Amino acid sequence: MTLELSKVDAIVEKMGTGPQLAIPILQAVQDEFRYVPVEVIERIAEKTEMTESQLYGVATFYTQFRLDPVGEKIVKVCHGTACHVAGAEGITESMETRLDVKDGENTADMKYTLSSVACVGCCSLAPVVMVDEKTFGRLDRKKAAKVIDNIEKEG
Amino acid sequence: MSTTNNRVKPALVVGMSTCNIAAGAQEVYDLCQETLTEQKLDVELRITGCLGMCYAEPQVQFIDADGTTHLYANMTATRMRKVIAEHVVDGQPRDKWIANPEEGETKALLGKQKRIVLDNCGHIDPDQLDDYLAVDGYQALKTVLTEKSPTEVIDIMSASGLRGRGGAGFPTGLKWKFALGAEGDKKYIVCNADEGDPGAFMDRTTLESDPHAVLEGMAIGGFATGADEAYIYCRAEYPMAVARLHRAIAEAEEKKYLGEKIFGTDFNFTIHVKEGAGAFVCGEETALLASIEGRRGMPRIRPPFPAQSGLFGKPTTINNVETWANVPWIIRNGADAFASYGTEKSKGTKVFALAGKIARGGLVEVPMGITLDEIIHEVGGGTGTSRQVKAVQMGGPSGGCVPRELFNTKIDYDEVNKTGAIMGSGGMVVMDDTTCMVDVARYFLDFTQLESCGKCTFCRIGTTRMLEILTRICEGKGKAEDIDTLEDLAEQIRTTSLCGLGQTAPNPVLTTLRYFRKEYEEHIHDHKCWAGKCRNLCSFEITDQCNGCMVCKKNCPVDAITGTKKQKHIIDQEACIQCGVCRDFCKYDSVVVI
Repeated sequence: MTLELSKVDAIVEKMGTGPQLAIPILQAVQDEFRYVPVEVIERIAEKTEMTESQLYGVATFYTQFRLDPVGEKIVKVCHGTACHVAGAEGITESMETRLDVKDGENTADMKYTLSSVACVGCCSLAPVVMVDEKTFGRLDRKKAAKVIDNIEKEG
Repeated sequence: MSTTNNRVKPALVVGMSTCNIAAGAQEVYDLCQETLTEQKLDVELRITGCLGMCYAEPQVQFIDADGTTHLYANMTATRMRKVIAEHVVDGQPRDKWIANPEEGETKALLGKQKRIVLDNCGHIDPDQLDDYLAVDGYQALKTVLTEKSPTEVIDIMSASGLRGRGGAGFPTGLKWKFALGAEGDKKYIVCNADEGDPGAFMDRTTLESDPHAVLEGMAIGGFATGADEAYIYCRAEYPMAVARLHRAIAEAEEKKYLGEKIFGTDFNFTIHVKEGAGAFVCGEETALLASIEGRRGMPRIRPPFPAQSGLFGKPTTINNVETWANVPWIIRNGADAFASYGTEKSKGTKVFALAGKIARGGLVEVPMGITLDEIIHEVGGGTGTSRQVKAVQMGGPSGGCVPRELFNTKIDYDEVNKTGAIMGSGGMVVMDDTTCMVDVARYFLDFTQLESCGKCTFCRIGTTRMLEILTRICEGKGKAEDIDTLEDLAEQIRTTSLCGLGQTAPNPVLTTLRYFRKEYEEHIHDHKCWAGKCRNLCSFEITDQCNGCMVCKKNCPVDAITGTKKQKHIIDQEACIQCGVCRDFCKYDSVVVI
């Protein structure tokens, strides 16, 4: 797959080239490509006042940035304190079985990425799972698997 | 139930916060919209934020033609259809589903609360500036700009006794005074909305439910310190809060409550939103500033403090969301009114996020000075099960676990510190006897070890070593000397780390060692986790109390339970993975740890 690096140029054109824009530019390219490919980091460095090492440093420091491709949907299992005491470990296990992947991996068909996150701030409904930007609360193992079943049904 | 005498147009007001939506509010809203349109009912449909009653979401308020508000809790689309048919159309309230603040659990929940920060949350539409204006919104800013000098504003803040609600509790008035006194042609205001403590969601709710209160507080801070530009550093994990902030800022600028020449004065104030990118350490102010500047969020040595040299090297005042949200109320009602709540050194109220093993989880705002017991048992309703509360975790990864025996502790910065925990930003995760305290300590060290920025050696490597020790204790491989090693490491990390993250990272271990040392010893010497959490150290058994309801059997992920209806069930110990699901589902307390 070739990357359309012209999209990077358009983002830089729109946002600017100053070093304080490292995070917003990386966020914008990740919105576009769904991850931050190394070629994109090189391109941003070419087009802005930032160096590759600075961009790489920022991209690896913050958990939001992914340097590898992800599935169409990202299934985030919350492992905040409330979710932890409410059995988040079991939710991750259930998702691993349902999606047939290990935590942190993509499904073979690249439809889903399973990941553990620190806290999505929905503690009163623990345990919680977020699929893309939608939050599902008051889960147990079975209900967690059903979240995926329902997404599959909706197509 | 609140009533006004005027006839009003009836309205359905649906709670649409992240938590409401996660509980199913979107379906309820869609149902309302369809039904009102289909039946051509002359009823307004509005949205609002979170009332704090997250345990009973989704919620819909029906305001009838008399102006009486009926709060429907635990709504579903099916229930909503009935409420519209019976109450909205036929005028017959469905009392069973109404949460009446005058009685029962709703009264218990609200009775001890005093709402300053949360006052508008769940009542106004956060996307409508007019709603905020109707509750005296931006009046405090107007008063300040047209009638007060910066010094007078700072005096009010100092007299109110407000202290930083992000956790450290630094006096707000004093912080502003430093910034006002700092030399500089350009100054900044920053709102710390990087609510990274797992177990805390006060700021998310405030931003989603009443964004203008935070904007107004920041503008007042800008006037008082001489700043004309501001940043809100908000977690990207809070997409709804970010969206509502953008909308609120745009509308306030359009209608001239922000921007240039506000209220016809020479005061200009612009606010930008910066989305954080996921780094807990960015809650530390110098790391946060580095992040806004586009760098890795690594703390630096203070002094210079941000009040002298902050964002882009300019004097900067940083407060968190809750602190800013208190400001307009203090200006409108006066410092004395605020200071009339609380204790000698901790004034006003504090918002807490109640979660974990608690009957009424959600957001509560209580006057400082009430006890932990009042919050957890009276306001929160205890565990809501037959189990007893064992401890409450306060202050997230920087805080500690306070045992039930100390629940007479008052909510006051200094009193909470004495327990070894901290007030923190307000997360309270309640734990019962199914929570293993060693596992909780391991959980937090796992978190801080991952989130350490790596700058200080003891924080970077020391937390990793502590995590390794705690992990092996939880796996049943603990050594006799482990407890001493943990205490030694804890002291070294505390004293040799630059920022709060490292200095407080050992707190969860130290407090659990202080109050639950026996559990550590049982793990290490007896190879037992009586809480039933550490899988290598426990087995589950079904007692004779079992009435054969089959729920555990249906939910066992590995089909390890056998038994027929109304007969005692049995766990196949060979197949069992000790996940504890059977115990979680058993309503008759018939599954025990052996």
